[in-house]
This record gives sequence, C-alpha cells and structure tokens, in this order.
Amino acid sequence: MSNIDPILLLSAIIVVSTPILLAAIGELVVERAGVLNLGVEGMMITGAVCGFVVATATGSPWLGFAGAALGGALLSMVFGILTQLFLSNQVATGLALTLFGLGLSALLGQGYIGVKGPVVPDLYLPGLRDIPFLGPVMFRHDAMVYIALLIVALVWLFLNRTRAGRVLRAVGENHDAAHALGYKVVRLRLAAIAFGGACAGLGGAYLSLVRVPQWTEGMTAGAGWIALAIVVFASWRPGRLVLGAWLFGGATALQLALQASGGVQIPIEYLQMAPYLATILVLVILRAGRAPGSLGRPFHASS
Amino acid sequence: MTFKTVLLGATAAAAFATGAVAQDDKTKVGFIYVGPVGDLGWTYQHDQGRLAVEEEYGDKVETFYVESVPEGPDAERVLTQMALQGADLIFTTSFGFMEATMNVAQKFPDVKFEHATGYQRADNVSTYSARFYEGRAVQGLIAGEMTESNIIGYIGSYPIPEVIRGINAAYIQAKKVNPEVEFRVVWAYTWFDPAKEAEAAKALIDAGADVILQHTDSTAPQAAAQEAGDVITFGQASDMLDYAPKPRVSSIIDNWNQYYIDRVGAVIDGTWESKDTWDGIDAGMVEIGEITDAVPAEVKEAALALKDAIAAGEVHPFTGPLKKQDGSDWLAEGEVADDATLAGMNFYVEGLTGEIPQ
Repeated sequence: MSNIDPILLLSAIIVVSTPILLAAIGELVVERAGVLNLGVEGMMITGAVCGFVVATATGSPWLGFAGAALGGALLSMVFGILTQLFLSNQVATGLALTLFGLGLSALLGQGYIGVKGPVVPDLYLPGLRDIPFLGPVMFRHDAMVYIALLIVALVWLFLNRTRAGRVLRAVGENHDAAHALGYKVVRLRLAAIAFGGACAGLGGAYLSLVRVPQWTEGMTAGAGWIALAIVVFASWRPGRLVLGAWLFGGATALQLALQASGGVQIPIEYLQMAPYLATILVLVILRAGRAPGSLGRPFHASS
Repeated sequence: MTFKTVLLGATAAAAFATGAVAQDDKTKVGFIYVGPVGDLGWTYQHDQGRLAVEEEYGDKVETFYVESVPEGPDAERVLTQMALQGADLIFTTSFGFMEATMNVAQKFPDVKFEHATGYQRADNVSTYSARFYEGRAVQGLIAGEMTESNIIGYIGSYPIPEVIRGINAAYIQAKKVNPEVEFRVVWAYTWFDPAKEAEAAKALIDAGADVILQHTDSTAPQAAAQEAGDVITFGQASDMLDYAPKPRVSSIIDNWNQYYIDRVGAVIDGTWESKDTWDGIDAGMVEIGEITDAVPAEVKEAALALKDAIAAGEVHPFTGPLKKQDGSDWLAEGEVADDATLAGMNFYVEGLTGEIPQ
C-alpha cells in the first residue's frame, strides 16, 4: 500500500476512464431520446480502427479522432435506419451491430496490425500543470481527456438548459405525446443515434491512439458493455456518469497498482471484482432516477 | 466469437457439405484459437503452424479454424461442430479448452484431438506443449542483468502451472545474476485484452519496474514500455520485432510448425497415436528471438551461452538447491525437477513475494 504513488494513481484513473466515459455519454443521449442501442461495443471498435487508419494515413491524431467519430456515426446509422425507419427490434439490431462492428473492424484493420500510429502529445497547460498535486493529476493529459469532460458538460447543459434538449427528453419520455405536439420524433432520434455513434467512435479511438496505442483485433474487449451498464447505473444523468466512469476506472487502476506494488495482502480475486462491485454499489445507493418512458419502444407516426 | 468467425464457420460447413458429396479423401484439420489470428502473439504462432501444414501437404489436407473462442461452453460447441463437419484431427490451442476437448473427444472416438498445454489424455487425445520456461530462464538472466531499479514487472495471465513455471524460471535465473532483484507479478486474468495489458504494464512501471515480462498475448505492454521510455520488454509467443531494438530486447517464439506437420503427417499415414509431447529449445519448439544491441555484449553472450547449455541438456532451469516460497525444501543440491512436478507447478520458489491466487 505504502509504495503506491497517489499522484500517479489518480492520473491513471483519469486516463483509464476516458474511453468508457466517451462511449457512455453518447449512449446516454441515445437512451434519453428513447432508443436502446446495444451496439456500443461494435461502434467503439469501429471507431478504434477508423481512428487508427486515418491517423496513420495522415499522420495527424486529430484527423484520426475525427475519422473515428465519423466512422462510429456512420455505423450507428445502420442501426438508426433499421430501427427508426424499418422498425426492427432495437435489442436484436443492437446486438447484431456489435457483431457486425467487430467483424468489420477486423477486416478494415487487416493491413494495420503491428503498425505504429502517430503520438498524441499531452496538452501543455502552462501554469495549471505546475500546481502541486492537482497539476500532475488533472492537467498533464492529452486533449481528449478534456474534450471528453467538455462533451459531458455540454450534454448536461443541452439536456437541462436548452429547448432542444428538453424536446429530446420529451421524445424519450413519451414519443406519442411529442409527436402530437409536432416534434419530429424519428429525425431527432436519428440525430441522437448518430451522436452516440460518434462518441463511441471517439472512445474506441482513444484506446487505439492513446491508451494502447496500436491497432489489435477485438481490442475494446468489452469496454462498450461497461459503458452501457454505467449509463443505467448512473440513472441517465451526466454528472453521475462521470462519477461511475471514474469509479470504475479508479477501481481498475487501483487493483493493478495494488498488485504491482508488491505488498498486497488482499486476495487477488477480490481485487478483480472490485471495479464492478464498487461501481454497482455506489451507483445503486445513489440511484433515484428511472428509465426514459419510451426507452426501447418502437415508434411509428401511425400508432 | 466474432461475426467473422461465424462466417468462416458457415463457409467451412458449406465446404464440407460439398466435400462430402465429392467423396474426396483430403485430411481435414481443424484449429480452435482463444484469440484473433492477428494478435501477433500466441494465436498468431499457432496459425503460422496451420499455414505450414497447408504448405507442406498442399492438396492432401484441408485446414480450417475458428478464432476468438472463449474458454468454456462455447468451445465445446465449436469443437462438436468441427467434428460433425468431418474433421480428422483438431488442434485445441489453449489450456482452458481442456474440458471441452475431453468431452467432445469422448463423443467422437474416431476424431483425433491435440490439446496444447494440458495434461489430460485419452486414446484419441494427445497433449503437447513447449518448454517455454527454458526461454524464460534466458529472459530472466537478461532481465536480472539489465534492471537498474532491481524491480522486474511480470504480467501474468491466469495462475496456471504454465505461467507459474515461467515466473519461477525467470526469477531463479534473475536472482542468480542479481541477488537484489525483486519480482512484482500482476495477474491480468485475461490472455488477450490490450487495454488491460497496457494498464498492467503502466501500473508496474509506475511502481518502479524497468523490465517488463509478459505472459499475455498482445503487444500492448510493448507499446506501453516504449512510451514510458527507459523500460525493456520481451516478445511473448511471437517475435514482436516491431518493438525492437528497444523496448523489446529479445523474445520467446513458439514454433509449432514442425510439430503440426509431423502430427498431421501421422494422421495421413495412419500412424497417429495418443502421446504427450513437451519439447523445448533443443527441438526448436522454443526459439529465442534475436537479442538486440540494447543489451550489452557480455550479457548477450551469457544469455546465448545459457540458451546453448539448456539446448544441450547441460543446464536445467530448475536445478537445486531450491526451496519453495514457504521455506520448505524442494530440490537438493544438483537435483533436477521432474516433469510431473513441473507440469503441475502451483508454488513459487523461495524469494518471490506475493501469493498465487488459488
């Protein structure tokens, strides 16, 4: 215990939780619009490969992230068109999207196994980075860490403080009523799904460009499912989502650090469980919200 | 299982359906892999073996594989399907496929099975493994010589004998050349999860390790070490030469090619028999990847000398006097560990800290 550096640990937590946070905030918007997209894992991995391919081709990680967002959004449109226009079952289509994304990414990434991507530099924040303790923990990361937090803040603002955000929530709560009021349910939902796809893509690209950083088949290894779970446990609220992602990332980073520090006396099985237990426990205790009323239900203007 | 593998399975099924009609007498060889063939590690090397079989026998064989099969009930389903599709020989290439292999082998006595790194056999089930620990000893020597912080990080997958053997072998040799050395083992509980492997490597580096040994299959720890700077690593299962000359200073390469060619040949000739194969450096099943210039010349020389001595049978990585972690005697002076003990190894040797999860 004594030889874990808290600064390194906290800074690791922020990095570990970023991809989950990105994917989860996208899914949160999708679900608040009343759509359940279980294809997060597939969109993440597609984003991971698109981001890596674009970044190595152009040499710019930022174009890579843009490519990842685009790739994720395009893939999510497959889901969007099937579920919103053809009214296919959302659960089945989402699961299929995950399988499709895993296969598609393996195909796209074939020439990129073992290739090294461009380096994503840490954002240089003069002044802030030199604050004792807080500097190394919070202000010496790459820009995507801050962009992820910014996206969360903007989503919160959008959902709670803007008219468009309230319309989106209305669509998610009761699509028939929203439709009766003249809101374009399908169009709004498609936009939300695309946003979700783009965020999942960014999360995937964060893995392939920053955290790992390389392309390997199947590299998301379940991160998309964690993101989905965190949305539910955070009761669809952006603030709690950050808490959930940090808790999960924190417990993951802590258990590895505990093992690496040598002097652990806690059985490793418990350490392995810790991230899941801690996240579920805390978010269940906090839980007060409920699912959006129309979540997962198909909508057609005739009904 | 990925969508791709489902498709491959379907294609394979279609191929066999037509094959049966055509009454061809090709020997059909199936492989199931725990990771993707593109992992550049464990599964990649098995697939290289599959390709070597195809090259050797050409039209006489037909191979097919299913990748990323989880260890557990899924494996049994995939194996059953392969057997139903008319496979003559099936290689099951991960420890966790053992139960599934035994169960399916019982149902299909005419199909031959080869299970990697396991210990259960039957009339139609052979086992094979490589003495990776011989390579681990060579890595341990380099690691012990090269470390400056005297902390060596080790990313373990699952606490099974194969992995524990590797930790012990590396530690014994590292301790021999550097009595100050300390091992930190992180159990990742995965064979393949690049993000988790990278985090484990970073946690070890944060804890002061300047040498990282890995027993997981992706190149993510290599990338993490490269990013951290002054850290060295070793390629695992495959050469991982993309990360040479540094951080990757050497590697253990599993070379299954000859074994797969021999065993498929035995099925073709009708001479296949159930047996247990455990080959090491001398048979070429374990290769030591090129030691790069990041390693000082005299260390490189010592490492190569150790490798040759192991290959010649002059040195055994587990030679007494050795005690177990709890201080009890294991091997007396000059005594060499027997294969049965090694195969079921579930203890650390003296000096290693931490507990093996049970």
